[in-house]
Order: sequence, then C-alpha cells, then structure tokens
Amino acid sequence: MAFEKYDFTPISQSIHQFLLEKMSPMVTTIIEWTIIGVLYLLFVAVFGLFLVYAERKVCAAFQQRLGPMRVGPWGLLQTIADFVKLLMKELIQPKSVDSFLYNLAPFVVIIVPFLTISIIPFAPGLQSLDFDIGVFFVTAVSSVGVIGVLLAGWASNNKYSLIGGMRSGAQIVSYELSVGMSLITMVILAGTMQISEIVNMQRDGWFIFKGHIPAIIAFFVFVVAGTAETNRGPFDLAEAESELTAGFHTEYSGIKFAFFFLAEYINLFIVSAMAVTVFLGGWMPFHIGSWDGFNAIMDFIPGLIWFFLKVFGVIFLIMWFKWTFPRLRIDQILTLEWKYLLPINLFNILLMALVVLMGWHW
Amino acid sequence: MKSFLNYIAEIFKGIWSLLTGMKVTAKYFFTPWRNVTQQYPENRDKLVFGERYRGELVMPHNESNEHACTGCGICELNCPNGSIEIISKSIMTEEGKKKRIIDLHIYHLGMCTFCNLCVRSCPSDAISFTHSFEHAYWDRKTMTKVLNQPGSKIMANVKE
Repeated sequence: MAFEKYDFTPISQSIHQFLLEKMSPMVTTIIEWTIIGVLYLLFVAVFGLFLVYAERKVCAAFQQRLGPMRVGPWGLLQTIADFVKLLMKELIQPKSVDSFLYNLAPFVVIIVPFLTISIIPFAPGLQSLDFDIGVFFVTAVSSVGVIGVLLAGWASNNKYSLIGGMRSGAQIVSYELSVGMSLITMVILAGTMQISEIVNMQRDGWFIFKGHIPAIIAFFVFVVAGTAETNRGPFDLAEAESELTAGFHTEYSGIKFAFFFLAEYINLFIVSAMAVTVFLGGWMPFHIGSWDGFNAIMDFIPGLIWFFLKVFGVIFLIMWFKWTFPRLRIDQILTLEWKYLLPINLFNILLMALVVLMGWHW
Repeated sequence: MKSFLNYIAEIFKGIWSLLTGMKVTAKYFFTPWRNVTQQYPENRDKLVFGERYRGELVMPHNESNEHACTGCGICELNCPNGSIEIISKSIMTEEGKKKRIIDLHIYHLGMCTFCNLCVRSCPSDAISFTHSFEHAYWDRKTMTKVLNQPGSKIMANVKE
C-alpha cells in the first residue's frame, strides 16, 4: 500500500543502529528511553497548551465571542503567557492539609496521561509501547487518575474539595465500565487487543464502517463515557465552579494547579486518540470501496496528518458537548450510566457478538 | 412491556433533544460574522452601541442655544443618590410676571449610577443619555458638569 512511504520505522531503526555502533546496548537503551521521554514531555506540554487555546477559541465561537485576541496574532501566545504566569506564582499550601498526600496528588494525576499516551499509535512506526493487551492497558491505567483526584480532594482538608473528589470518584468508577465495555465491543470485532494490530485491521475500512450498527452505538457510548471520564463537558460536576469553587483542586495554586489543568486536557486528547484508534482507523487514510483514484489521493496524505485530523474532529465533538449541554446533577449522572449506558452497552456487546458470529460485518 | 417501550422512546427523545441543542450552538459556531465582541480601542470610531445604552447625562440644546428645562427640580428629587443639583433663579417676564427658570443644572457624573430615573421623570424631556462612555478623568472636579450651556434660554413652546 502507498502509505508505507510515510513509515517512521526506518528513522527509529537508523537511530537505534547509530547508537548501537557508538555505545553499549545498555547505554543505548537508556538514551533511547530518555529521547522518548523528552519527546512525550514536549508533546504533552505543547499540545496541552495548544488544546487550552483551542478550547478557549472554540468556546468563544460557540458563544458568539472572539476569545483571546490580544497576546500575539489571534491570541496565539495567550496560553504561553498563562503558563509562564502559573510557573511564577507562589505555591500556597494551606496550614491543615495532609502535606504528603497534598503534594503527591498532582503527580498521580499527571502520570496517568503519560502512561496512556505511550501506547497511542500516532503514525506508522510511531508508537513506543505495543503490548498485546493494549486496550486492556488503556482502561487499566486511565482509571489510576481517579486516585489522584480523590487524594487531592481528601488531602486539601476542605469541604468543597472533598465533595468534588467524591463526586469525581463516583463518576469515574461508574463510567470506567462503559468505556471498558464499548472497547470490548470493538475487541470482539477485531479479535485482538493489540493496538497496532487493531489499526492494521482497519486498512480496508474503519471499524465504525466495518462493524456498522453496533460499532456506531459503541462509538457514541465511548465518546459520552470518555467525556465523563475526563471530568469535562456536561459531566464536570467534580469541579462545578458555581457550587464547589473549583472542586478537588480548589486549594492548589501555581504549577500544581497547572498539572491538574494540563492532565485534563491531555486526557481529552487521549480519549479522542483512543476513539480514533479503535473506531476511526487510527492513522489509516479514508478509503471508499473501489474508487482507486480517490483512495490514491487519500493515501498521499501522511498518516500523522490523518491521525491528528481525526483526533481534532473528535476533540471538537467533545468541546461541542461541553459548550452546549448544561451540567448534570450527581444523581442524573449515575442514572445515565447505570440505567441507560450500561444496558445499552450490554445489549450492544450481544449484538456485536452476533454480528461477528454470523459474519454480518465487512 | 409498556414501560420497556417507554424506556426506548425516552432514549430517542433524549438524543433528539440533545441534537436540537447542538444544532443551535453549531449555528452560532459556523456564523462567526454574527459575533458580538467588539475590539474596543481599535474600532473606537465605529463602535456599535445598543440603542438604550446609557453613557452620560446631557441636556440637548438646539441651534439657537435653547433647551427644554424648566428648572422644576423633579429630576433632582428623583435621583436616588443626589447626583443632580438644580439651582434656579427668578426673573421678570415681559408681562411683568415673576418666573422661575434654571440657572445651573449641575450633574455629578462621579455619583451617577445611570439608572435613567431622571430622564424618565422629566416632564419636558429636557435631558437624555448619550452613548459616550470614556469617563476616566485625572481630577474629580472635572466630573461635576453644568448641563445647561452658558447664555442658554428655555424653548418657547415648553409648557410649564
């Protein structure tokens, strides 16, 4: 296929060879780890800042405003200015907090996106970890974040923070189930949990088209549950500004607050990237049946660009949710999960199993 | 069975109402030329104001330096925080009658809450609000304004 010419494997292989020639395998491994770590750090920082900017602009457009316009052309440097401000702010620690847990919580929260991002295939050959239980790894690791939120809420020694943390806990524990089940639906179709294999299987058609009805249902359940899991959109009652000031991160200032903030946006990216990988073909170009001319043009666009186009599409959808729907109450959130999403999901798994069993998919 | 059908119907109704909301915001998103934000210092010459925007109290005068204020003091009485002071004087008309007219209509801009009560209560519509809003001054004294221009007279057709 044509998109092999955008494969990143030769580049990483040549770097690996180059390092092996100069140094011992041990040092090579350490250097490679460092390079990958630095790349992910850079990506998270830059992409997080960009997402904050994008969110403010998108939100402004939904509310017939302009958004940030003053710092840099079209306000492009606004988030950088904000970040510098946060870096320079004093780290205030209230007197009666549980010091150890209070300081630990932001790191627990920020570690999760770094763990999850490592298995996301950005482009052919651009994936640092490829477990054969990739999907399982995502669902397992992404639920660690709730511990950070609970820690932050508990250690702050503040009623609002505690309520926010508890709400977030109830919410994430519930919605984990839907995320996992909608992924399981797709695992039934794919027959594997390995992320690279899942992407490869979508070579001749994305799973959302291949698995038609159950896949579409699973996609929407995944997007809804993913939005809830990132504490965003209509499900942001963990930080509910109007009632809990800022929820679990009320007592945090400066860079610790920035960690929570950044983690939220990178989680948004990860949910979108998982939706893209599992449902929308990862970095695979968009193909229509046997239109060879059209398919050739689509193949001409690199996989990296395809991946980010699709990710931005899903991110836009989630932002659209956030700026359209009013916030749900805690009982409404749990009703939505346990009375609606869960039965739909169980039925959907059954449907998908039937579809796969009877060979009704493409 | 009926409750089960209700449950299914409820799901579709819910999705439909969510889509309706998303249609509204999508309309806003994809029509950026209808944005309401104005970038103030740049567009100072062509700022668009709401029709009823209340910037500063003025007393409109016509070309022959005449206003409609009778000096009755109703605006002063109606002002909730005393930002209007009416100083009137008595003059003799041609018919030899004593008549009270306005001497100074003093307006303390710094005390005004722009509530519009003075304009609404004025029986002869002598005062109104303009759209000017740049009220930052270096000296508090400049915020005390005399609304009737020096040498102005009352219009002939104003009923007392």
